[in-house]
Amino acid sequence: MPQIIIDGQRIEAAPGQTIIEAALHAEKTIPHFCWHPGLSVAGNCRMCLVNVGFPKKAADGQPEMDASGNVFVQWGPKLSIACATPVADGMIVDTEGQRTEHAQHAIMEFLLINHPLDCPICDEAGQCKLQEYAFKHSNGKSRFIEQKNHKDKRVPLGPNVLFDGERCISCSRCIRFADEIAKQPALTFVQRGDHVTIQTFPGMEFDSPYSMNVIDICPVGALTSIDFRFHSRVWEMSFTNSICPGCARGCNVKLGVRDNELQRIEPRTNMHVNEYWMCDAGRLENYHFVNEERIAEPMIKGMQSDWNSAIAATADIIKAYKPSEIMIIGSSRGTNEDIHAIATFARETVNTHNIDFIDHNDPSFADEFLKLADRTPNHAGAIALGLRSNDAVTKDNLSERIAKHQIKVIIAVQEDVSAYASSVEYVIAIASNANPTTQSASIVLPASTYAEVEGTFTNADNRVQLIEPAVTTKENERHMGMKMSRWDKLGAFNDRWTQGERRNSRPTWNILSGISAACGNPMNFSRAEDVFNHIALHNQQFNGMSYALLEEYQGLKLGKASEPEAKSVVYESHVLKPQV
Amino acid sequence: MNIQHNIESERMSFWEKIYLPEIGRGLALTFKQMFKPSFTRQYPEEKWIPTGSYRGRPVLVLEEEGERCVACGLCSRVCPALAIEVRAGETDKVKERYPEKFEINMLRCIYCGFCEEVCPEEAIIMSKDYELVFTDPQDAILGKDKLLIPIAQLQDRLEYLRQYR
Ligand code: SF4
Ligand code: SF4
Ligand code: SF4
Ligand code: SF4
Ligand code: FES
Repeated sequence: MPQIIIDGQRIEAAPGQTIIEAALHAEKTIPHFCWHPGLSVAGNCRMCLVNVGFPKKAADGQPEMDASGNVFVQWGPKLSIACATPVADGMIVDTEGQRTEHAQHAIMEFLLINHPLDCPICDEAGQCKLQEYAFKHSNGKSRFIEQKNHKDKRVPLGPNVLFDGERCISCSRCIRFADEIAKQPALTFVQRGDHVTIQTFPGMEFDSPYSMNVIDICPVGALTSIDFRFHSRVWEMSFTNSICPGCARGCNVKLGVRDNELQRIEPRTNMHVNEYWMCDAGRLENYHFVNEERIAEPMIKGMQSDWNSAIAATADIIKAYKPSEIMIIGSSRGTNEDIHAIATFARETVNTHNIDFIDHNDPSFADEFLKLADRTPNHAGAIALGLRSNDAVTKDNLSERIAKHQIKVIIAVQEDVSAYASSVEYVIAIASNANPTTQSASIVLPASTYAEVEGTFTNADNRVQLIEPAVTTKENERHMGMKMSRWDKLGAFNDRWTQGERRNSRPTWNILSGISAACGNPMNFSRAEDVFNHIALHNQQFNGMSYALLEEYQGLKLGKASEPEAKSVVYESHVLKPQV
Repeated sequence: MNIQHNIESERMSFWEKIYLPEIGRGLALTFKQMFKPSFTRQYPEEKWIPTGSYRGRPVLVLEEEGERCVACGLCSRVCPALAIEVRAGETDKVKERYPEKFEINMLRCIYCGFCEEVCPEEAIIMSKDYELVFTDPQDAILGKDKLLIPIAQLQDRLEYLRQYR
C-alpha cells in the first residue's frame, strides 16, 4: 500500500490510484473541473495542478533531515495534475502552498478570459464550480481588456439539454459521458483555440435516455435542463434524500422543493445502485404527480368529507360484508411500511386472503444500464411482506369471481380498478391522484406520495433504502428534521410563498391502521419507524435493520443486515453552499 | 450601616430645587419662538421632496425595452427581512430570464437598501416614495404593476448611485 502525504496528512492510498482519487477517499477534494470519478481521465482543464515532491535522499539512501528532524523535500520541477498522476510510496503533495495557489490563480484567470459572467441569468449559479473556485482559488483580477469571444447560446443538443457555448470551459465531461456512460457518442469538440465549442455530430441528436446527467456533471452552466430552466434558484430549494419511484432500480436521488412544490429531482451517489447517474424518465416523470391533480381531501360519494367520517364509513362497509367478499388490491408503489400495513389489514382486520397487487411491467422501458421493466419501486418488498396470496382471489381470477358475486367490495390502493367498479357494490380507493377509480369510488382516502412520507423501498436487488419526506402535508407538518430552505424556515403564515398547498393526505400505512382501529383491531403505530421496527423484529429478511443503519449504509440487502456493503465514497459534482 | 447618599435632588442648590427660575426660562424661550418664522409644513397639501440620497420604497427600473431585472433572485436572497419574492420565466431576449412574478411585501421591508446594493443589473433602486399607507395587509404586497417605474422618474437616485456607490 503506497503511503502518501497530502498537506501534512498521511494517507493510505490504493496502488494505481491517482492523487485526486486518494485525496477523495480521505475526504479531501482537490480543485478540479474535468475530472469525474465516473469518467475516464482527460486532464485538460489543469485546475488540479498540485506541487508534488519526494523526500530528498542522501548518498546512503536515507532521507536527508534538517537539524530538527524534518525531511527535506525535493519538489518536482513543474507542478503535476492530480487527476492523472498515480500515487507512489512516499509521495508528498502540497495542494495549498504558494506554488499551487499561483497555478490555480493563473488557470482561473485563463478560464474566465472569455467567460460571459452571466451568473445572474445562469441556472448553475449557486452551485457552479467556476463560481465557487472564483471565490476560493482566484485573485479576482483579470488583465484581459479586449473584446470577449461570442459563441452560440441556447443550442439544443437533444430534447432535454440546452447548450450555451459561451459558458462552456471545454472540460469534455459531457463528451466523455456520452461516449462512456450513455454509450451514445453524439457530442464532440469542433474548432480550435478559443473558438472551440461543443456540437452534436451532423444528423445526430443527443437523445440518450440518460442525457440529462450531463447537466449535473457540467461544472458550469453551459448545459441546462430544458424542463427545469429558471424554475428556481438552487439556494431557494431544500434538498431531501429520497429514492426514485420510477422503476425497480431505486436510484438514489435528491428532491429539490420550493414553496412546497417539487421542482426537480437529481441523482445522489450510491456506488451499489446507480453510481452517480439516473435516467431522464426518472427526473421528468416523477414530480408532476406530486404537484398536480392530487386528491386533497377525503371524499364520500364524491362529496368532500373529513378523515373521521371517511374512516368510520369505510369500517362500516367492511363490517357489513363477509371477509371472503372483500378484495384488497395493494400496490408495489407503496413503501414497505405501507405494504406491511396492507397485508396486516387484510389478514388480521378483514380476515381474508383475497389480497394481491397489479404488476406494472413495461419491457420497452428496460435497458442494459439502469432502467428496469418493472415500473414500481417496491416489487421485492411487496413479495417479501406478503402482498400476494396464491390461494385465494387474485388479480387473475378477480373478474371471474366478481361475475359469480363472490366479491362485493374492492379496496384499491394506488391502483385504477375502474374496470371492475360497476360490477361490485363498493369501491374504496386509497389514492394520491385523481383517476377513473377515484371518480366513481364510494369512498376516496387521499394518500401521500413518495415525496411526502418517511419509509423504505426494496429495489430489484433486494436492497432496502430509506426515503424521507420533502413536501409538507397536513399530516407531516411537524416531522422532525425536515429539510427547509431559508424561506421555509423564516416565512410566516401570511407570506405568499408559504401558502403552497398543504394537502390533507396521509401515508397509506397510517390510513390502514386508522381503518383497522375503527374495525376494532388497532395496530398501534404512530410513526413510519414504528412500522419498520415491527417489520424488522418479525420478518426474518428485515431482521437487524433500522432507519439509522439504512441511512448510514445507504441501504441494506434483505437478509444481510449484519453484513453491510462498503459505504460509497460520495462525490458531488457541485456542492450547494449553505442556505441560511 | 454606612450608606452614602448622593442623589440628584440632594446635590441641587435651593434655587434649583424650587424650579421656578427654570420654568421662567423655558417660557421665555417659547415666547421668543412665537415671533420667529414657522417651519411647519402643511402636509399632505404641501409635500416634501427628498433628494437622491433618500431611501424610500424599493422600485424596479423600467426602460423602454422593458424591465431591467433578470430575476436573478439576489435581492430576494440578501433581503434581511425576506420582503422580496421573485419567480423567473424565460424570454427570447438576449437576457433570457425575466421576472414572471416580482413582489415586495412593504410590511416586511425595512428600507435597508441591500437589494439595491446587491443587484447586478441596477434594476431595483430605492425611490423617493415614502407615502406607504395600507388598509389591508394584502395591499402592502406590491406586484410588478406597482413596482415598475419608468427610468425617467428615477434619474436622481441613479445619479446619486453613480457618484457615491
Ligand atoms: S458543456 Fe460543460 S461539460 Fe461539456 S465541455 Fe463544456 S463545460 Fe464541460
Ligand atoms: S433507472 Fe429507474 S429508478 Fe433510476 S432514475 Fe430511472 S426510473 Fe428512476
Ligand atoms: S430595502 Fe432592505 S428590507 Fe426592503 S426589500 Fe430591499 S433588502 Fe429587503
Ligand atoms: S437583484 Fe436585481 S436583477 Fe436580480 S432579481 Fe433582484 S432586481 Fe432583479
Ligand atoms: S481535473 Fe485534472 S486536469 Fe482537469
